[in-house]
Amino acid sequence: MGWIGGVVAWFQDPANWQGPNGIPQRLLEHVGVSAAALGIACLIGIPIGLWLGHVHRGGGLAVGVSNVGRAVPTFAVLVILVLAPEPFGLSTVSIITALVLFALPPILTNTYLGVNEVDPAAVDAARGMGMNGPQVLAKVELPMATSLLMGGVRLAAVQVIATATIAALVAGGGLGAIITNGFGTQDQAEVVAGAFCVCVLALSIEGVMALLQRRLDPLRVVRAR
Amino acid sequence: MIGRALIGGHAQTVADDCLVRNAWVCPEYVRTRADELTAATVEHLRITIISVIIGALLALPLALVARRIHRLRATILGTATAIYTIPSLALFSLLLPFTGLTETTVIVGLVLYSLTVLVRAVLAGLDGVPEEVRGAGRGMGYSPNGLLWRVEMPLALPVLIGGLRIATVSTVALTTIGTIVGSGGLGDLIQTGLQSNFKAQVLTASVLCVVIALVLDVVLLGTQRFLMPWRRGGVA
Repeated sequence: MGWIGGVVAWFQDPANWQGPNGIPQRLLEHVGVSAAALGIACLIGIPIGLWLGHVHRGGGLAVGVSNVGRAVPTFAVLVILVLAPEPFGLSTVSIITALVLFALPPILTNTYLGVNEVDPAAVDAARGMGMNGPQVLAKVELPMATSLLMGGVRLAAVQVIATATIAALVAGGGLGAIITNGFGTQDQAEVVAGAFCVCVLALSIEGVMALLQRRLDPLRVVRAR
Repeated sequence: MIGRALIGGHAQTVADDCLVRNAWVCPEYVRTRADELTAATVEHLRITIISVIIGALLALPLALVARRIHRLRATILGTATAIYTIPSLALFSLLLPFTGLTETTVIVGLVLYSLTVLVRAVLAGLDGVPEEVRGAGRGMGYSPNGLLWRVEMPLALPVLIGGLRIATVSTVALTTIGTIVGSGGLGDLIQTGLQSNFKAQVLTASVLCVVIALVLDVVLLGTQRFLMPWRRGGVA
Protein backbone atom coordinates (compact mmCIF):
# COMPACT_ATOMS: atom_id res chain seq x y z
CA MET A 1 0.00 0.00 0.00
CA GLY A 2 3.05 2.27 -0.30
CA TRP A 3 1.58 3.76 -3.46
CA ILE A 4 -1.02 5.66 -1.42
CA GLY A 5 1.75 7.72 0.20
CA GLY A 6 3.09 8.54 -3.27
CA VAL A 7 -0.32 9.76 -4.42
CA VAL A 8 -0.79 11.89 -1.28
CA ALA A 9 2.68 13.37 -1.78
CA TRP A 10 1.78 14.18 -5.41
CA PHE A 11 -1.28 16.11 -4.28
CA GLN A 12 0.77 17.94 -1.61
CA ASP A 13 3.38 19.08 -4.13
CA PRO A 14 2.54 22.75 -4.91
CA ALA A 15 4.09 22.31 -8.39
CA ASN A 16 1.13 20.12 -9.36
CA TRP A 17 -1.31 22.91 -8.58
CA GLN A 18 0.11 25.52 -10.97
CA GLY A 19 1.31 25.94 -14.55
CA PRO A 20 -0.04 24.43 -17.78
CA ASN A 21 0.00 20.86 -16.38
CA GLY A 22 -1.36 21.85 -12.96
CA ILE A 23 -4.70 20.57 -11.71
CA PRO A 24 -6.61 23.92 -12.00
CA GLN A 25 -5.55 24.48 -15.63
CA ARG A 26 -6.29 20.85 -16.62
CA LEU A 27 -9.66 20.99 -14.85
CA LEU A 28 -10.53 24.19 -16.68
CA GLU A 29 -9.66 22.64 -20.06
CA HIS A 30 -11.67 19.52 -19.25
CA VAL A 31 -14.77 21.40 -18.12
CA GLY A 32 -14.40 23.91 -20.98
CA VAL A 33 -14.44 21.43 -23.89
CA SER A 34 -17.06 19.29 -22.13
CA ALA A 35 -19.45 22.19 -21.56
CA ALA A 36 -18.99 23.45 -25.13
CA ALA A 37 -19.66 19.99 -26.57
CA LEU A 38 -22.66 19.33 -24.32
CA GLY A 39 -24.13 22.72 -25.24
CA ILE A 40 -23.72 22.11 -28.98
CA ALA A 41 -25.16 18.59 -28.66
CA CYS A 42 -28.21 19.96 -26.79
CA LEU A 43 -28.75 22.66 -29.41
CA ILE A 44 -28.74 20.04 -32.17
CA GLY A 45 -30.28 17.04 -30.42
CA ILE A 46 -33.14 18.52 -28.40
CA PRO A 47 -34.96 20.34 -31.28
CA ILE A 48 -34.64 17.30 -33.58
CA GLY A 49 -35.80 14.93 -30.81
CA LEU A 50 -38.71 17.22 -29.91
CA TRP A 51 -39.84 17.45 -33.51
CA LEU A 52 -39.53 13.70 -34.25
CA GLY A 53 -41.42 12.92 -31.03
CA HIS A 54 -44.08 15.51 -31.77
CA VAL A 55 -44.85 14.08 -35.21
CA HIS A 56 -44.24 10.48 -34.01
CA ARG A 57 -41.81 9.78 -36.83
CA GLY A 58 -38.24 8.59 -37.18
CA GLY A 59 -38.35 6.45 -34.03
CA GLY A 60 -36.10 3.83 -35.61
CA LEU A 61 -33.50 6.52 -36.35
CA ALA A 62 -33.74 8.18 -32.93
CA VAL A 63 -33.31 4.89 -31.08
CA GLY A 64 -30.95 3.25 -33.58
CA VAL A 65 -28.46 6.10 -33.32
CA SER A 66 -27.91 5.17 -29.65
CA ASN A 67 -27.20 1.54 -30.50
CA VAL A 68 -24.71 2.53 -33.19
CA GLY A 69 -23.10 5.06 -30.82
CA ARG A 70 -22.44 2.28 -28.32
CA ALA A 71 -20.68 0.09 -30.88
CA VAL A 72 -18.26 2.77 -32.10
CA PRO A 73 -15.16 3.18 -29.91
CA THR A 74 -14.69 6.82 -28.84
CA PHE A 75 -10.93 6.34 -29.09
CA ALA A 76 -11.22 5.30 -32.76
CA VAL A 77 -13.29 8.37 -33.65
CA LEU A 78 -10.84 10.69 -31.86
CA VAL A 79 -7.86 9.20 -33.72
CA ILE A 80 -9.63 9.28 -37.10
CA LEU A 81 -10.53 12.97 -36.60
CA VAL A 82 -6.98 13.83 -35.53
CA LEU A 83 -5.58 12.18 -38.69
CA ALA A 84 -8.26 13.82 -40.87
CA PRO A 85 -7.48 16.93 -42.97
CA GLU A 86 -8.38 20.53 -41.99
CA PRO A 87 -10.45 21.79 -40.19
CA PHE A 88 -9.82 18.63 -38.15
CA GLY A 89 -6.36 17.33 -37.33
CA LEU A 90 -4.70 17.92 -33.99
CA SER A 91 -7.05 20.67 -32.81
CA THR A 92 -9.80 21.51 -30.37
CA VAL A 93 -12.24 21.27 -33.30
CA SER A 94 -11.53 17.53 -33.60
CA ILE A 95 -11.96 16.93 -29.90
CA ILE A 96 -15.19 18.91 -29.59
CA THR A 97 -16.55 17.22 -32.74
CA ALA A 98 -15.89 13.79 -31.24
CA LEU A 99 -17.49 14.80 -27.94
CA VAL A 100 -20.58 16.15 -29.73
CA LEU A 101 -20.90 12.96 -31.80
CA PHE A 102 -21.02 10.85 -28.62
CA ALA A 103 -23.23 13.26 -26.67
CA LEU A 104 -25.89 13.43 -29.40
CA PRO A 105 -27.31 9.86 -29.31
CA PRO A 106 -28.52 9.80 -25.67
CA ILE A 107 -29.96 13.34 -25.96
CA LEU A 108 -31.74 12.60 -29.25
CA THR A 109 -33.05 9.20 -28.13
CA ASN A 110 -34.32 10.34 -24.74
CA THR A 111 -35.91 13.55 -26.05
CA TYR A 112 -37.68 11.57 -28.76
CA LEU A 113 -38.90 8.89 -26.33
CA GLY A 114 -39.99 11.51 -23.79
CA VAL A 115 -42.22 13.35 -26.27
CA ASN A 116 -43.33 10.27 -28.21
CA GLU A 117 -44.60 8.54 -25.07
CA VAL A 118 -46.60 11.44 -23.68
CA ASP A 119 -50.12 10.22 -22.84
CA PRO A 120 -52.17 10.73 -26.07
CA ALA A 121 -55.16 11.65 -23.88
CA ALA A 122 -53.28 14.70 -22.59
CA VAL A 123 -52.42 15.76 -26.16
CA ASP A 124 -56.03 15.27 -27.25
CA ALA A 125 -57.27 17.34 -24.32
CA ALA A 126 -54.84 20.15 -25.24
CA ARG A 127 -56.02 20.09 -28.87
CA GLY A 128 -59.61 20.15 -27.67
CA MET A 129 -58.79 23.27 -25.68
CA GLY A 130 -57.78 24.86 -28.97
CA MET A 131 -53.99 24.62 -28.79
CA ASN A 132 -52.10 24.41 -32.09
CA GLY A 133 -49.10 22.14 -32.75
CA PRO A 134 -46.35 24.38 -31.34
CA GLN A 135 -48.49 25.17 -28.27
CA VAL A 136 -49.10 21.49 -27.59
CA LEU A 137 -45.38 20.86 -27.89
CA ALA A 138 -44.37 23.76 -25.63
CA LYS A 139 -47.11 23.56 -23.00
CA VAL A 140 -47.93 19.84 -22.80
CA GLU A 141 -45.38 17.57 -24.46
CA LEU A 142 -42.20 19.38 -23.39
CA PRO A 143 -43.11 19.64 -19.68
CA MET A 144 -44.17 16.00 -19.59
CA ALA A 145 -40.98 14.92 -21.39
CA THR A 146 -38.57 17.03 -19.30
CA SER A 147 -37.56 14.28 -16.87
CA LEU A 148 -36.64 11.81 -19.62
CA LEU A 149 -35.04 14.58 -21.72
CA MET A 150 -32.84 15.64 -18.80
CA GLY A 151 -32.00 11.98 -18.19
CA GLY A 152 -30.57 11.97 -21.71
CA VAL A 153 -28.57 15.15 -21.09
CA ARG A 154 -27.26 13.55 -17.88
CA LEU A 155 -26.12 10.40 -19.74
CA ALA A 156 -24.55 12.64 -22.39
CA ALA A 157 -22.68 14.64 -19.71
CA VAL A 158 -21.18 11.44 -18.26
CA GLN A 159 -20.23 10.30 -21.77
CA VAL A 160 -18.66 13.67 -22.61
CA ILE A 161 -16.54 13.76 -19.43
CA ALA A 162 -15.32 10.21 -20.20
CA THR A 163 -14.54 10.98 -23.84
CA ALA A 164 -12.77 14.23 -22.90
CA THR A 165 -10.53 12.10 -20.65
CA ILE A 166 -9.70 9.77 -23.54
CA ALA A 167 -8.89 12.82 -25.68
CA ALA A 168 -5.65 13.02 -23.70
CA LEU A 169 -4.57 9.81 -25.49
CA VAL A 170 -4.57 11.77 -28.75
CA ALA A 171 -2.70 14.72 -27.25
CA GLY A 172 -5.69 16.66 -26.00
CA GLY A 173 -5.53 18.49 -22.68
CA GLY A 174 -7.85 18.06 -19.73
CA LEU A 175 -7.41 15.98 -16.59
CA GLY A 176 -6.70 12.91 -18.73
CA ALA A 177 -3.39 14.57 -19.65
CA ILE A 178 -2.23 14.12 -16.05
CA ILE A 179 -2.84 10.38 -16.47
CA THR A 180 -1.07 10.15 -19.84
CA ASN A 181 1.84 12.25 -18.55
CA GLY A 182 2.17 9.82 -15.67
CA PHE A 183 2.24 6.86 -18.06
CA GLY A 184 4.79 8.69 -20.21
CA THR A 185 7.18 9.23 -17.31
CA GLN A 186 6.28 5.89 -15.64
CA ASP A 187 5.16 7.79 -12.57
CA GLN A 188 2.44 5.62 -11.02
CA ALA A 189 1.59 8.20 -8.35
CA GLU A 190 0.81 10.77 -11.04
CA VAL A 191 -1.32 8.27 -13.00
CA VAL A 192 -3.40 7.40 -9.95
CA ALA A 193 -3.66 11.04 -8.83
CA GLY A 194 -4.88 12.05 -12.30
CA ALA A 195 -7.40 9.20 -12.30
CA PHE A 196 -8.58 10.31 -8.86
CA CYS A 197 -9.16 13.87 -10.15
CA VAL A 198 -11.12 12.51 -13.13
CA CYS A 199 -13.28 10.37 -10.79
CA VAL A 200 -14.08 13.32 -8.53
CA LEU A 201 -15.03 15.44 -11.56
CA ALA A 202 -17.16 12.70 -13.18
CA LEU A 203 -19.01 11.86 -9.96
CA SER A 204 -19.62 15.56 -9.17
CA ILE A 205 -21.01 16.21 -12.65
CA GLU A 206 -23.24 13.13 -12.36
CA GLY A 207 -24.48 14.41 -8.98
CA VAL A 208 -25.19 17.92 -10.30
CA MET A 209 -26.98 16.52 -13.35
CA ALA A 210 -29.10 14.20 -11.20
CA LEU A 211 -30.11 17.20 -9.10
CA LEU A 212 -30.86 19.28 -12.22
CA GLN A 213 -32.95 16.44 -13.66
CA ARG A 214 -35.12 16.50 -10.54
CA ARG A 215 -35.24 20.29 -10.15
CA LEU A 216 -36.13 21.07 -13.77
CA ASP A 217 -38.96 18.53 -13.92
CA PRO A 218 -42.18 20.61 -13.89
CA LEU A 219 -44.09 17.51 -12.79
CA ARG A 220 -41.94 16.82 -9.71
CA VAL A 221 -44.77 17.88 -7.38
CA VAL A 222 -47.23 15.59 -9.14
CA ARG A 223 -44.77 12.69 -9.19
CA ALA A 224 -44.03 13.11 -5.48
CA ARG A 225 -47.69 12.41 -4.59
CA MET B 1 5.84 -2.09 -55.55
CA ILE B 2 8.11 0.91 -55.18
CA GLY B 3 11.01 -1.09 -56.61
CA ARG B 4 9.03 -2.12 -59.63
CA ALA B 5 8.00 1.47 -60.24
CA LEU B 6 11.61 2.66 -60.15
CA ILE B 7 12.94 -0.05 -62.42
CA GLY B 8 10.16 -0.26 -64.96
CA GLY B 9 9.12 3.37 -64.76
CA HIS B 10 5.53 2.34 -63.95
CA ALA B 11 4.53 5.63 -62.33
CA GLN B 12 0.95 4.38 -62.43
CA THR B 13 1.78 1.61 -59.93
CA VAL B 14 3.08 4.10 -57.38
CA ALA B 15 0.02 6.31 -57.76
CA ASP B 16 -2.22 3.29 -57.13
CA ASP B 17 -0.23 2.08 -54.16
CA CYS B 18 -2.43 3.01 -51.24
CA LEU B 19 0.35 2.25 -48.72
CA VAL B 20 2.56 4.91 -50.27
CA ARG B 21 -0.29 7.39 -50.56
CA ASN B 22 -1.21 6.68 -46.90
CA ALA B 23 -4.82 6.17 -47.96
CA TRP B 24 -7.57 5.46 -45.43
CA VAL B 25 -8.85 2.44 -47.35
CA CYS B 26 -6.09 0.10 -48.41
CA PRO B 27 -6.61 -3.56 -49.39
CA GLU B 28 -2.84 -3.85 -49.71
CA TYR B 29 -2.51 -3.12 -45.98
CA VAL B 30 -5.10 -5.74 -45.06
CA ARG B 31 -3.32 -8.30 -47.29
CA THR B 32 0.21 -7.67 -46.06
CA ARG B 33 -0.62 -7.26 -42.37
CA ALA B 34 -3.24 -10.01 -42.12
CA ASP B 35 -1.30 -11.80 -39.34
CA GLU B 36 -1.06 -8.67 -37.21
CA LEU B 37 -4.75 -7.88 -37.73
CA THR B 38 -5.81 -11.43 -36.88
CA ALA B 39 -3.72 -11.45 -33.71
CA ALA B 40 -5.18 -8.13 -32.55
CA THR B 41 -8.72 -9.26 -33.37
CA VAL B 42 -8.26 -12.51 -31.42
CA GLU B 43 -6.86 -10.61 -28.43
CA HIS B 44 -9.74 -8.14 -28.63
CA LEU B 45 -12.34 -10.93 -28.74
CA ARG B 46 -10.64 -12.81 -25.91
CA ILE B 47 -10.57 -9.77 -23.59
CA THR B 48 -14.19 -8.88 -24.42
CA ILE B 49 -15.61 -12.39 -24.02
CA ILE B 50 -13.72 -13.19 -20.79
CA SER B 51 -14.82 -9.85 -19.29
CA VAL B 52 -18.50 -10.25 -20.15
CA ILE B 53 -18.61 -13.88 -18.97
CA ILE B 54 -17.00 -13.05 -15.59
CA GLY B 55 -19.29 -10.01 -15.37
CA ALA B 56 -22.35 -12.19 -15.94
CA LEU B 57 -21.20 -14.82 -13.42
CA LEU B 58 -20.80 -12.10 -10.76
CA ALA B 59 -23.92 -10.12 -11.73
CA LEU B 60 -26.32 -13.02 -11.18
CA PRO B 61 -25.56 -13.67 -7.46
CA LEU B 62 -25.24 -9.92 -6.81
CA ALA B 63 -28.66 -9.24 -8.31
CA LEU B 64 -30.19 -12.16 -6.39
CA VAL B 65 -28.73 -10.81 -3.14
CA ALA B 66 -30.02 -7.33 -3.99
CA ARG B 67 -33.48 -8.82 -4.51
CA ARG B 68 -33.49 -10.85 -1.30
CA ILE B 69 -32.10 -8.18 1.02
CA HIS B 70 -33.94 -4.97 0.36
CA ARG B 71 -31.44 -2.73 2.12
CA LEU B 72 -28.58 -3.93 -0.09
CA ARG B 73 -30.51 -3.18 -3.28
CA ALA B 74 -30.00 0.59 -3.10
CA THR B 75 -26.33 0.13 -2.16
CA ILE B 76 -25.62 -2.26 -5.03
CA LEU B 77 -27.47 -0.12 -7.60
CA GLY B 78 -25.81 3.07 -6.30
CA THR B 79 -22.36 1.50 -6.55
CA ALA B 80 -23.17 0.32 -10.08
CA THR B 81 -24.12 3.87 -11.13
CA ALA B 82 -20.92 5.25 -9.59
CA ILE B 83 -18.72 2.73 -11.42
CA TYR B 84 -20.56 3.42 -14.68
CA THR B 85 -19.84 7.14 -14.21
CA ILE B 86 -16.06 6.68 -13.87
CA PRO B 87 -14.34 7.15 -17.26
CA SER B 88 -12.59 4.03 -18.56
CA LEU B 89 -9.17 5.66 -18.75
CA ALA B 90 -9.43 6.62 -15.06
CA LEU B 91 -10.74 3.21 -13.99
CA PHE B 92 -7.86 1.35 -15.68
CA SER B 93 -5.43 3.84 -14.11
CA LEU B 94 -6.89 3.32 -10.62
CA LEU B 95 -6.32 -0.44 -11.00
CA LEU B 96 -2.68 0.10 -11.92
CA PRO B 97 -1.29 -0.21 -8.34
CA PHE B 98 -3.05 -3.57 -7.95
CA THR B 99 -2.65 -5.33 -11.27
CA GLY B 100 0.05 -3.30 -13.08
CA LEU B 101 0.62 -3.08 -16.83
CA THR B 102 -1.18 -6.33 -17.61
CA GLU B 103 -4.19 -7.67 -19.45
CA THR B 104 -5.69 -8.34 -15.99
CA THR B 105 -6.04 -4.59 -15.42
CA VAL B 106 -8.14 -4.28 -18.57
CA ILE B 107 -10.24 -7.36 -17.79
CA VAL B 108 -10.97 -6.27 -14.18
CA GLY B 109 -12.04 -2.83 -15.43
CA LEU B 110 -14.27 -4.25 -18.15
CA VAL B 111 -15.80 -6.78 -15.72
CA LEU B 112 -16.77 -3.86 -13.46
CA TYR B 113 -18.42 -2.02 -16.38
CA SER B 114 -20.34 -5.06 -17.62
CA LEU B 115 -21.42 -5.78 -14.03
CA THR B 116 -23.13 -2.41 -13.77
CA VAL B 117 -25.23 -3.14 -16.87
CA LEU B 118 -25.90 -6.80 -16.07
CA VAL B 119 -26.97 -6.39 -12.41
CA ARG B 120 -29.55 -3.85 -13.58
CA ALA B 121 -30.71 -6.17 -16.36
CA VAL B 122 -31.19 -9.15 -14.02
CA LEU B 123 -33.13 -7.03 -11.53
CA ALA B 124 -35.27 -5.43 -14.26
CA GLY B 125 -35.94 -8.83 -15.84
CA LEU B 126 -37.03 -10.45 -12.57
CA ASP B 127 -39.08 -7.39 -11.55
CA GLY B 128 -40.93 -7.68 -14.86
CA VAL B 129 -42.32 -11.14 -14.07
CA PRO B 130 -46.06 -10.68 -13.38
CA GLU B 131 -47.15 -11.45 -9.83
CA GLU B 132 -49.95 -13.75 -11.08
CA VAL B 133 -47.39 -15.95 -12.82
CA ARG B 134 -45.40 -16.20 -9.62
CA GLY B 135 -48.58 -17.08 -7.73
CA ALA B 136 -49.46 -19.74 -10.28
CA GLY B 137 -45.95 -21.21 -9.95
CA ARG B 138 -46.25 -21.37 -6.19
CA GLY B 139 -49.67 -22.94 -6.52
CA MET B 140 -48.15 -25.67 -8.73
CA GLY B 141 -45.84 -26.48 -5.82
CA TYR B 142 -42.56 -24.90 -6.98
CA SER B 143 -40.04 -24.25 -4.20
CA PRO B 144 -38.56 -20.70 -4.14
CA ASN B 145 -35.53 -22.05 -6.02
CA GLY B 146 -37.62 -23.98 -8.51
CA LEU B 147 -39.75 -20.91 -9.07
CA LEU B 148 -36.63 -18.80 -9.75
CA TRP B 149 -35.02 -21.14 -12.26
CA ARG B 150 -38.09 -22.74 -13.91
CA VAL B 151 -40.47 -19.77 -14.01
CA GLU B 152 -38.89 -16.39 -13.31
CA MET B 153 -35.56 -16.77 -15.16
CA PRO B 154 -37.08 -18.05 -18.43
CA LEU B 155 -39.56 -15.16 -18.40
CA ALA B 156 -36.78 -12.66 -17.61
CA LEU B 157 -34.60 -14.03 -20.43
CA PRO B 158 -35.38 -11.37 -23.07
CA VAL B 159 -34.40 -8.57 -20.66
CA LEU B 160 -31.33 -10.55 -19.51
CA ILE B 161 -30.11 -11.05 -23.07
CA GLY B 162 -30.92 -7.42 -23.85
CA GLY B 163 -28.57 -6.45 -21.00
CA LEU B 164 -25.97 -8.93 -22.21
CA ARG B 165 -26.11 -7.38 -25.70
CA ILE B 166 -25.59 -3.85 -24.35
CA ALA B 167 -22.77 -5.01 -22.06
CA THR B 168 -21.05 -6.91 -24.88
CA VAL B 169 -21.28 -4.15 -27.48
CA SER B 170 -19.98 -1.50 -25.06
CA THR B 171 -17.21 -3.81 -23.84
CA VAL B 172 -15.95 -4.28 -27.41
CA ALA B 173 -15.67 -0.49 -27.75
CA LEU B 174 -14.12 0.02 -24.29
CA THR B 175 -11.47 -2.68 -24.85
CA THR B 176 -9.66 -0.23 -27.17
CA ILE B 177 -8.81 1.98 -24.15
CA GLY B 178 -6.86 -0.98 -22.73
CA THR B 179 -4.06 0.23 -24.98
CA ILE B 180 -3.04 2.61 -22.15
CA VAL B 181 -1.70 -0.46 -20.29
CA GLY B 182 -0.60 -2.15 -23.51
CA SER B 183 -3.50 -4.62 -23.85
CA GLY B 184 -6.11 -2.98 -26.04
CA GLY B 185 -6.47 -5.56 -28.81
CA LEU B 186 -7.37 -3.55 -31.90
CA GLY B 187 -6.93 -0.41 -29.78
CA ASP B 188 -3.17 -1.08 -29.81
CA LEU B 189 -3.22 -0.93 -33.63
CA ILE B 190 -5.21 2.34 -33.50
CA GLN B 191 -2.66 3.77 -31.04
CA THR B 192 0.41 2.79 -33.09
CA GLY B 193 -1.41 3.96 -36.22
CA LEU B 194 -1.86 7.35 -34.58
CA GLN B 195 1.81 7.57 -33.60
CA SER B 196 3.05 6.69 -37.08
CA ASN B 197 0.24 8.59 -38.91
CA PHE B 198 -0.78 5.31 -40.60
CA LYS B 199 -4.35 5.97 -41.76
CA ALA B 200 -5.13 2.53 -43.23
CA GLN B 201 -4.19 0.84 -39.96
CA VAL B 202 -6.37 3.22 -37.90
CA LEU B 203 -9.43 2.88 -40.12
CA THR B 204 -9.13 -0.90 -40.60
CA ALA B 205 -8.77 -1.54 -36.86
CA SER B 206 -11.66 0.85 -36.09
CA VAL B 207 -13.96 -0.81 -38.61
CA LEU B 208 -13.02 -4.25 -37.26
CA CYS B 209 -14.05 -3.08 -33.75
CA VAL B 210 -17.50 -2.11 -35.01
CA VAL B 211 -17.80 -5.34 -37.01
CA ILE B 212 -16.90 -7.44 -33.93
CA ALA B 213 -19.53 -5.57 -31.89
CA LEU B 214 -22.23 -6.10 -34.53
CA VAL B 215 -21.36 -9.80 -35.02
CA LEU B 216 -21.46 -10.51 -31.25
CA ASP B 217 -24.76 -8.62 -31.05
CA VAL B 218 -26.28 -10.77 -33.80
CA VAL B 219 -24.93 -13.95 -32.15
CA LEU B 220 -26.61 -13.01 -28.84
CA LEU B 221 -29.87 -12.18 -30.60
CA GLY B 222 -29.68 -15.59 -32.31
CA THR B 223 -29.06 -17.24 -28.92
CA GLN B 224 -32.21 -15.63 -27.58
CA ARG B 225 -34.26 -16.94 -30.51
CA PHE B 226 -32.74 -20.40 -29.98
CA LEU B 227 -33.39 -20.44 -26.22
CA MET B 228 -36.94 -19.14 -26.55
CA PRO B 229 -38.50 -21.07 -29.43
CA TRP B 230 -41.98 -20.05 -28.21
CA ARG B 231 -41.19 -16.42 -28.99
CA ARG B 232 -39.91 -17.09 -32.51
CA GLY B 233 -41.76 -15.12 -35.12
CA GLY B 234 -43.13 -12.81 -32.48
CA VAL B 235 -41.62 -9.53 -31.45
CA ALA B 236 -38.03 -10.06 -30.27
